Amino acid sequence: MFATHRRVILDTALADPAPAASTDSEAPRLEVTGLAVMRGEFVVFAGLSFTTQAGEVIALTGPNGSGKTTLLRALAGLARPAAGAVHWHHPGARPDTEGAFMHFLGHRDQIKPALTARAHLVFAASIAGDRAPPDPAALLQAVGIGRLADIPTSVMSAGQRRRLGLARLMAAPRPVWLLDEPTAALDTRGRALVADLLERHRRAGGLAICATHEDLGIGGVRRVELPERAP
Amino acid sequence: MSALGAVFRRDLRLAWAGGGGAAMPLAFLAGATTLLPFALGSERDVLEPLGAPLVWITLALAVLTSLERLFRADVEDGTLDQLLMAPVPLEAIAAAKGAALWVANGLPLAAAGGLLALMLQVPPAAAVLVGLSLAIGAMAFIGFGLVGAAVAAGVSRGGLLVALIVLPFYAPPVIFGAATAQAMAMGEPFVGPLALLAGISLGAAALGPIAAAAALRVQAD
Repeated sequence: MFATHRRVILDTALADPAPAASTDSEAPRLEVTGLAVMRGEFVVFAGLSFTTQAGEVIALTGPNGSGKTTLLRALAGLARPAAGAVHWHHPGARPDTEGAFMHFLGHRDQIKPALTARAHLVFAASIAGDRAPPDPAALLQAVGIGRLADIPTSVMSAGQRRRLGLARLMAAPRPVWLLDEPTAALDTRGRALVADLLERHRRAGGLAICATHEDLGIGGVRRVELPERAP
Repeated sequence: MSALGAVFRRDLRLAWAGGGGAAMPLAFLAGATTLLPFALGSERDVLEPLGAPLVWITLALAVLTSLERLFRADVEDGTLDQLLMAPVPLEAIAAAKGAALWVANGLPLAAAGGLLALMLQVPPAAAVLVGLSLAIGAMAFIGFGLVGAAVAAGVSRGGLLVALIVLPFYAPPVIFGAATAQAMAMGEPFVGPLALLAGISLGAAALGPIAAAAALRVQAD
């Protein structure tokens, strides 16, 4: 019953029963072959193939509507491929439990206005199978919203909500980060923070894939360009 | 298990946070039940057999009003993505959300329903029993309701869709629940219909989350 909806095909040969949360030192590798995703009647993109290695930061570029967000959702197992496959080569990779080895920051920011920033960090860790972060206030301080830790997030600006998302990246180690417009709504210091996080993640052997229209602020970023959608 | 506990506690907090969304069904129940004697008259021989079944129907509709936002809110703010990616079965998460709704919403409604039954000429001892039957019935209404809420999760203003999907399933618990409550109010034996009601409630609580999870997975695309 649970396996009927296997949206991401995983390399089971490499799968290992060890809990995913503790395997962040393992190098993740992604292989996308002939991927096509449809939304309703529309083909968003088709025939997309690329591979990535650990320690890479990928900038996913392309014009509006070319399918950057849809591709990220397919990589996260949230959109079903119409053709082709997404292979995650990582010991923690399992279908329908992607949260155990990746962070996904979408443009819907997973924030409940009535709850505090601290409660969001604790919930994000618990739902992904982690212990609650020992010091949520310090993480929020590190992303510049320490003052807002214990009041409802409804008072936060768009940039501050983004920063809460960045705090989630630090709250639990994950080898794979899928970030949709990570620098959107952020000021200069916020962008520097994103660059710093990506640099540290890359150095630790992680893989980051960012859908973006902007410069990520670090060197050595590989670009994967999505073509304009055929009319 | 801690992941499910987190979902349960968060939904409990959200139910009463920020203006108290859970207060609306309570106000609906109180308002509708208060109006009934104006329509039916307050004579004891009219209200005594009808009062408890009418509270039952009103509770079913009050639960219905709380269902539309149950999964819809999680779709809108992206929380559903977080839940879908979690290393916990989505069926269990749906069950945790249903349990939180029962505690935050179903139990206060049942307690209020028992009190309101007093107002409709149900004797005090029987009103306590009626309140218990309502608590059992709320479990059935929420179990079936999870399915409608999940199917309508991707639809803005899905309230009508929820009602169309869920109301046919509300017929069996209303039939046996109202019969139970009426027997309680009239001092007649009620174990038979109560056992059937409890069976329906347990079935709904067990199967509702499974159907809801299947519907939510389809919405994720």
